[in-house]
Amino acid sequence: MSESVALNEQYELHVNGEVRPVRDSWLGESLLYVLRERLGLLGSKGACEQGECGSCSVLVDDELVCSCLVLAASAVDQSIVTIEGVAPIGSPSDVQQAFVDAGAVQCGFCTPGLIMATHALLERTADPTEFEIREELSGNVCRCTGYGRIIEAVQRVAVSRRVSGQA
Amino acid sequence: MSVIVPNSLSDALAALADNPDALVLAGGTDAMVEVNSGHRKPSHVIAINRVSELRSWTYDPVAATVHIGSGVTYAELMESPVADLLPALAEASRTVGSPQIRHAGTLGGNLGTCSPAGDGLPVVSALDGIVHLASVAGERSLSVHEFMVGVKRTARQPGELITGVTLPVLTGWQGYSKVGVRNAMVIALASTCLATDLEGRNVRLALGSVGPTILRCAEAEAFAATAVSFEARSVSAHDARRFGELAAAASRPINDHRATAEYRRHAIGVLASRLLRRAFPNE
Amino acid sequence: MSSVTGERISTGRIGDSISRPDGTPKVQGSYAFSSDLSAENCLWGATLRSPHPSARIMSIDISGAYRIAGVEAVITAADIPGSPTYGLISSDQPVFASDVVRYVGEPIAAVAADHPETCRRALAAIVVVYEVLEPLVDPERAIDGSHPDIHPDGNVIRRQRIVCGDPDIVGDVVVEDNYEIGMQDQAFLGLEAAMALPDDDGGGVSLYVATQWLHEDQKQIAACLGVPLSKVRLTLGGVGGAFGAREDISLQVHTCLLALRTGRPVRIHYSREESFLGHVHRHPVRIWMRHHATSDGRLVKVEARMVFDGGAYASTSSAVLINGVTHAQGPYRCENAVVDGYAVRTNNLPCGAMRGFGVVQACFAHEGQMDKLAAACGIDPVEIRLLNAMVTGDKLITGQIIENVAPVARCIRETAALPLPDEPVGGHDHDPMRLPGGAGRTADSSHIVRGIGFAVAIKNLMYSETFDDYSTARCRLSDGVVTLKFATSEVGQGFITIAGQIARSVLGFDNVVIDSIDTDIGSAGSTSASRQTWMSGGAVNAACIKVRDLLFAAVAVSHDVDPSSLTVDGGDIVDAAGVFRISALEAASGLSFDETVEYHHTPTEDLDENGQGNCHTAFAFVAHRAVVDVDPELGLVKVIQIATAQDVGRALNPLSVLGQIEGGIAQGLGLAVMEEIIMANGHVRNPSFTDYLLPTFLDMPSVIASLIEEPDPIAPLGAKGVGEPPTISSTPAIVAAIRDAIGKPLNRVPVRPTDIIGLSAFPSI
Repeated sequence: MSESVALNEQYELHVNGEVRPVRDSWLGESLLYVLRERLGLLGSKGACEQGECGSCSVLVDDELVCSCLVLAASAVDQSIVTIEGVAPIGSPSDVQQAFVDAGAVQCGFCTPGLIMATHALLERTADPTEFEIREELSGNVCRCTGYGRIIEAVQRVAVSRRVSGQA
Repeated sequence: MSVIVPNSLSDALAALADNPDALVLAGGTDAMVEVNSGHRKPSHVIAINRVSELRSWTYDPVAATVHIGSGVTYAELMESPVADLLPALAEASRTVGSPQIRHAGTLGGNLGTCSPAGDGLPVVSALDGIVHLASVAGERSLSVHEFMVGVKRTARQPGELITGVTLPVLTGWQGYSKVGVRNAMVIALASTCLATDLEGRNVRLALGSVGPTILRCAEAEAFAATAVSFEARSVSAHDARRFGELAAAASRPINDHRATAEYRRHAIGVLASRLLRRAFPNE
Repeated sequence: MSSVTGERISTGRIGDSISRPDGTPKVQGSYAFSSDLSAENCLWGATLRSPHPSARIMSIDISGAYRIAGVEAVITAADIPGSPTYGLISSDQPVFASDVVRYVGEPIAAVAADHPETCRRALAAIVVVYEVLEPLVDPERAIDGSHPDIHPDGNVIRRQRIVCGDPDIVGDVVVEDNYEIGMQDQAFLGLEAAMALPDDDGGGVSLYVATQWLHEDQKQIAACLGVPLSKVRLTLGGVGGAFGAREDISLQVHTCLLALRTGRPVRIHYSREESFLGHVHRHPVRIWMRHHATSDGRLVKVEARMVFDGGAYASTSSAVLINGVTHAQGPYRCENAVVDGYAVRTNNLPCGAMRGFGVVQACFAHEGQMDKLAAACGIDPVEIRLLNAMVTGDKLITGQIIENVAPVARCIRETAALPLPDEPVGGHDHDPMRLPGGAGRTADSSHIVRGIGFAVAIKNLMYSETFDDYSTARCRLSDGVVTLKFATSEVGQGFITIAGQIARSVLGFDNVVIDSIDTDIGSAGSTSASRQTWMSGGAVNAACIKVRDLLFAAVAVSHDVDPSSLTVDGGDIVDAAGVFRISALEAASGLSFDETVEYHHTPTEDLDENGQGNCHTAFAFVAHRAVVDVDPELGLVKVIQIATAQDVGRALNPLSVLGQIEGGIAQGLGLAVMEEIIMANGHVRNPSFTDYLLPTFLDMPSVIASLIEEPDPIAPLGAKGVGEPPTISSTPAIVAAIRDAIGKPLNRVPVRPTDIIGLSAFPSI
């Protein structure tokens, strides 16, 4: 019953454009665990372990998913993008900067997941209505902000992209 | 422990033949919750999300059916044109978890888990869907009603893989309603799918979260077939209410921490009655 | 290892809506939360918990755990070198249960191993034999003595009466009712996490932890480890929200014990389920209230009985009780009162601090009563609140005079004047997704009724009843760079933002660095009770003023001006006549100053047996108006809008204040319509985010907020704490709106679908 955990599996993941070997792992590990504990990518956060909070959101083959619900070893050969792959440290993306400027960040624990979800939303819908923002981000729970400043941040990005002709 | 990620159906079936009791991982949105919590300790996992044969849907206009591969996600089912062919399935898909869950979760996974709260299942049931299974020994198809055996129990045999489901494209209104205490990302306390078939001149009603598996309401359906006018798209207020009462009577809910049986039964009555009104808006 | 440390703040004075100094690392995922910390050779720790609410422990066999490869240590109560118990107010909670367990989830043992899965298997291999006992779950049975004491300290944690004025007076109009508040969870997203590093000599430990109060943790940990305070050093790990749940010890002592036992770094991360079991919650409370008024609606007397279920251990229950009973009158003048309150011990989950701290419960009841009174007197709910609104100088039912700014009537008037939503039910586009039931498409517009509700609150700020919750801050000025040091827990509320703003305003320098938040400086008190803006803000302000005065003195000497005539004007130092002007940077060149200040609020008193005494420090006020859509047949609710006017004293950072207001309202909304830890005979039925529902983007409406800025002369910066008030009266406003929509009394939160429909909330067997 209580056998030891075999920490001996090796495989490779494609994360943020790099091939990253995963070593000495247990195959039951979620992608979230492997990103954080094996690859040192600590930006994705775990807060519920069951897909109910969105803090661990990443892109797998361009789809926004909860990395806690992806078996890491099943994601070999898929393209994984994490918060660390959004923009280099010190050069935040427009979405990241808007979150800072609009007061959309308090404790910040949900923030990386929301940044991933917002980029995915604006990729699909350049000029979302407030209701579309709410529905598309409804898988990301924030306990600090009450969401108001986050919606403001998303709207600011949509406007500035439209103005600058990116949209 | 082993994890196999086959790229083709034949590889998947071969892997499953080697480990007939392996955990088949589709979107992972049910199974990984159990793995993360330690409630499930799989020794073999076969992840089928890369099996291309399972990832598409096809429309057969002659037969008026849609075949949905078991790896098609809810997010895909919400998009036109499949959403226009199967509007109730699109509505149900939109209520599944969150956008993240809908990008990963699949209709095949919903069938495989076979929770009475699975949002896709009342639609498959109302449409009398055909579930397709395959193994190295061959393929078989069976009615969803035979497929769903009980709470999280199905007719799938060890070594078998759910490859897809075939649903009829009906003429007539269809829709899905689900009660939860939150306006998004919530498990159904009670759900209903109502589908009208103008050609067959019948009304189908399936109930979720109020029985060990999805329930069909034979009595309510029979009543509706006589009470409504398919031409005028009408039903009387009294008959709409009566339809709800019959639906409520057909439910077999339990009490749990999410809701009382009494509330679930009550909600089924309200939902069924309101759905009938949406299908037949004229009095 | 740095978390909230070393962030550089570039611009922004008091009153500016500048962004957070930690904002960029937070949006980029590079900010180090306590769960992101690791060290070479670090082990994982995990905790074995009781499955029973009440049981005697007959034996504990840990040998099976040691047989699993990768397990490095297994510890139980027998391995605690110091105090076997801890607690914020009384030390009544065991580090590990050894003889009896008193709630589901009580820690019994802890393990350290190479992998979380190994830990899980090790915990499963520990064999505990229990003799299961009948749990005490009904708080009334804790009071009436019909259940044996479940703890040596007894079943009643504290009783407090308040009697003032004429207890026998009777009003022309009398309304009474019973109210019930369910158990709410703080549900911060950043789960409990800590890492302990043992000293090389094994004599002490460094702990990196997400907490609300480093020094209180340090004190309790040192006592349990049996070492001097100096042997336990705490550094704040990045905190993923707190809301009261990090005021008590949870994994701190366990992590330190495992590190000392193994001689290796150890980290413990709670799972969500464990978090529900492992921290204190908002007290469930039953309240009876009877209000007496004149026929024209003036409050004559408030009578109340309140029973707070403290769960298995005391935590802060006695202070929560005091907040409850002393706020029974609400923000209304009332000369006569008879209030009786109990905080009791049961085998339910322990309860303690959560945003609003006892006042949430009192407010839900008194605001329900004000609506009843309005109806009984035939007066509009807003009017009756204005009629009774308290003002500065009024006497509370404790005999205490309100000395600070009290713009209650203004809060009410401004809230009532905010625009109502212009959208009809279902919105202009008639999207059924906008209706109650949301994506479930349960309703059409014709099924929906709309209601409007109003509520007002008073909240004490800082600690009460003689507690000297001082704060310490250090200001160093060196070559034009200001470095601030304090132990104030930054939990997301934004203290580090306003600390920089204060320093910049006082000193005139742009460059302000926030030093590591740790126990290398004196206590800042807890990040709770809406107190840090006032207390730590006061300490930072005072330390900066000391440094500024030293700088002025130096400038006076070097430039031959009168130091008392100098002030800071932007980035310059100027004299009163406007003749002398020098840039602060130039003036400070080559100079260094270093000042540390403790800021204390005015002393408070204990309540006497009749509940009389100046027990509180200061108060803030707020009003909320809610607009809700309700589906009466299905019992579903969607909140459409919240309007609020809040007494903030002075908004040091209006954007940050707005964030507190919106976030606090979301928690009030959660309590109103969905959030409750459901317990059945001592067992928790919903310890997950699948079943404990938090408001999502689609549940939380837009907020219209008006900040009432009347700087408070008794506050060091004129600013009041703003964190708690939004959570307090938002809940009763929403419930009042639901009542208004459906015309039924709803006396319990969260309001359940069955309450709206009129079905039983419990199974009929």
